[in-house]
Amino acid sequence: MAEASITSHGAVSHGHDDHEHHDSFITKYIFSTDHKMIGKQFLVSGIFWALIGGFLSIVFRLQLGFPDMDLSFLRPIMGGWIDEAGKLDPNFYLALVTMHGTIMVFFVLTAGLSGTFSNFLIPLQIGARDMASGFMNMLSYWFFFLSSVIMFVSLFLENGPAGGGWVVYPPLSALEQAIPGSGLGMTLWLVSMTFFIVSSLLGGINYITTVINLRTKGMSFSRLPLTIWAFFLTAVIGLLSFPVLFAAALLLVFDRSFGTSFYLADIYIAGEALPNTGGSAVLYQHLFWFLGHPEVYIVLLPALGITSEVIATNARKPIFGYQAMIISLLGITVLSFVVWAHHMFVSGLNPFLGSIFMFLTLIIAVPSAVKVFNYLTTLWRGNLIFTPAMLFSIGLVSFFISGGLTGIHLGNSAIDIQLHDTYFVVAHFHLVMGSAAFFGLLAGVYHWFPKMFGRMMDARLGYIHFWLTFIGVYMVFFPMHYIGIAGFPRRYYSWTNFEFSNMYTDLNMFVSAAAIITFVAQFIFIFNFFYSMYRGRVASLNPWRSNTLEWTTPLHPKHGNWPGEIPTVYRWPYDYSKPGAKEDFIPQTIPLSSTPESNLPHEQELVKLEKEIMKEEGEVLVANEVKEK
Amino acid sequence: MEEKLAYTEGAEQPISMHPKKFALWLFIVSVVMIFAALTSAYIVRQSEGNWLEFDLPEIFWYSSGVILLSSLTLHWAYTSAKNDQLDQLKLALSITTLLGITFLVTQWYSWVALVDRDVYFVGNPAGSFLYVFTGLHAIHLISGVIFLIIILISSFRYKIHSQSMTVMEMGATFWHFLGGLWVYLFIFLLLNH
Repeated sequence: MAEASITSHGAVSHGHDDHEHHDSFITKYIFSTDHKMIGKQFLVSGIFWALIGGFLSIVFRLQLGFPDMDLSFLRPIMGGWIDEAGKLDPNFYLALVTMHGTIMVFFVLTAGLSGTFSNFLIPLQIGARDMASGFMNMLSYWFFFLSSVIMFVSLFLENGPAGGGWVVYPPLSALEQAIPGSGLGMTLWLVSMTFFIVSSLLGGINYITTVINLRTKGMSFSRLPLTIWAFFLTAVIGLLSFPVLFAAALLLVFDRSFGTSFYLADIYIAGEALPNTGGSAVLYQHLFWFLGHPEVYIVLLPALGITSEVIATNARKPIFGYQAMIISLLGITVLSFVVWAHHMFVSGLNPFLGSIFMFLTLIIAVPSAVKVFNYLTTLWRGNLIFTPAMLFSIGLVSFFISGGLTGIHLGNSAIDIQLHDTYFVVAHFHLVMGSAAFFGLLAGVYHWFPKMFGRMMDARLGYIHFWLTFIGVYMVFFPMHYIGIAGFPRRYYSWTNFEFSNMYTDLNMFVSAAAIITFVAQFIFIFNFFYSMYRGRVASLNPWRSNTLEWTTPLHPKHGNWPGEIPTVYRWPYDYSKPGAKEDFIPQTIPLSSTPESNLPHEQELVKLEKEIMKEEGEVLVANEVKEK
Repeated sequence: MEEKLAYTEGAEQPISMHPKKFALWLFIVSVVMIFAALTSAYIVRQSEGNWLEFDLPEIFWYSSGVILLSSLTLHWAYTSAKNDQLDQLKLALSITTLLGITFLVTQWYSWVALVDRDVYFVGNPAGSFLYVFTGLHAIHLISGVIFLIIILISSFRYKIHSQSMTVMEMGATFWHFLGGLWVYLFIFLLLNH
């Protein structure tokens, strides 16, 4: 008896089906503990940050592409950062680059991507009422919000925001005297990132716990959609790597504000020796890149997961190599932790160590190539339906290939001596990580918008948005390869001071023009997003004819997701175009016993087992009803 | 009939671990990563030379003894709760909490001992690292003591007994972890200072 009372207590605290939810505006839209609302909060915040991050990049692209341009029309927002002659302040240029990187990597592609889709999709696709802890989930968003506010405020400081690059290497970032961007802006950067780490850890702990503990009946790991696998492994990477960034940032805070010498040694400023001795700047790089490299996969894996789901659905074919996809995700997860020093080939690292890291780095090409192969073979001879989400997913695969190829160059420690910190690197990671993850985010928004808001986004605007963005991205980043091979370093304010880079002035102009067009094209999406939220065509329950569980919920699912029992899962999520089946998709909730026409021989065996379980369940249901009476 | 009921209602949780306990373990993983990062940073930095040599404060031996003892008394509290010996539970929990606070005080005196040896937070990283290790561990330990006080209060309200062990188990896991973490740090420092 006692045991039963404990288990029923546990079930009540996690099942919300009997709860009546009378939410006020504040508990529904602001301090919400509903994973769907928290996901939307992350999404809208991510869009806000993407606009700011994009705008900053346009400002520095204006400087790079049109160095003689009179920028005084920007003075209303940029104020004193544009001087009397209409020129951008060189120090603020550094701050722009830094903030663009920080915002895009952390606030858009980590919080905006993982935060949105892990929150929104994990409970819906595994069949759970909510996250393991709704309160922690809410905290996760509000820590992110706090971190956002601090970072936003730092943009308006008198000395400007942090300016030492998004990697904030000491000693540049540790000494206030070094540049204006190492003053208060840097302090706020560190404070903001601390809250960001807390937010990521709270979120990640929740995602992992939910995926492991709260799957519905029948949802074994071998039946999880690849989106969930990707979100799960992303959270694992975050859990292991963000604490290391915290450690690195903590020591940097001590160096900056308390005068310790973890990263500082033998520095002279204006002829005066600083008191710091015995620190090691390379130590910071080790700690930073131990997070920094896995962070690349924190950004990328969710996008790959979303792509797997969208491509399989819209090719009307099972994903090719489901298990290979999972193994390659696992491979990337493990390898992501043993390659960090390939960012440090020219830091004075022991060349022998460099070759080991080069070897490990190049191995990552294997799981990545497996994934690309599987995407292409899923598309091969499928009944392709080119929804906007599908186009963005295919775009992702394209960027993943073209950006991944240059990764093989950069991973070689010898070639990296020439290419390190040039525009070749900029081109590489903007394609393979930045644009690919961004396209994954957009594909996810187009695909799950009907589930989020119960309405459809306009497809025609989606196509225009896709083509402008897709072509625009290549126009922006492809020419950068040439500039980089020629040896031009990133983060430089001006191109015209050196003979060898003079000849790229027109190419830079082209890049900047393309960047502006691409940025403007995003407003088509913004309009489509907010307009469709209120005025879009009302969606059907399963508009993409998809198999996963989220499409079995009502059009506007309440907190708790399913009005009645949580559905049971009987099959994997990729039964598209199964030979013999009546329709070209069989949702996960359809028992094998009701589809004898399409069952494979081994599935016919499973039918017997399934019938036994269902019979047992029936008995329990009857028993429950008797008990209630 | 009871057993059947347990089966259906457990169905939303295919494995038996309590989600909050599981989340605690994940939190512990993240703390492990912080200290793994710091101690590896210590080794990397030490191998570069220019490293201040000094003796570790002897008081670390006492603080290690205190924290190991507190783990024992907490285990005593745990078994008492499991056997519904609530008076012993209260006693054992009170002793554990006091030992936890004693540990914090001894750690403070280890800092005093360091200052006596002219090893300051600001200076050679050898000393700074020691302050960071002990300080960061102490911050986690303070959260552990707060956790213990919460358990202590609920034990005085008779909310902890053999049928309601979740909080007690989580507290024990966290506290033993913090003890183990200190032992790791201490042995690490003994081997590498």
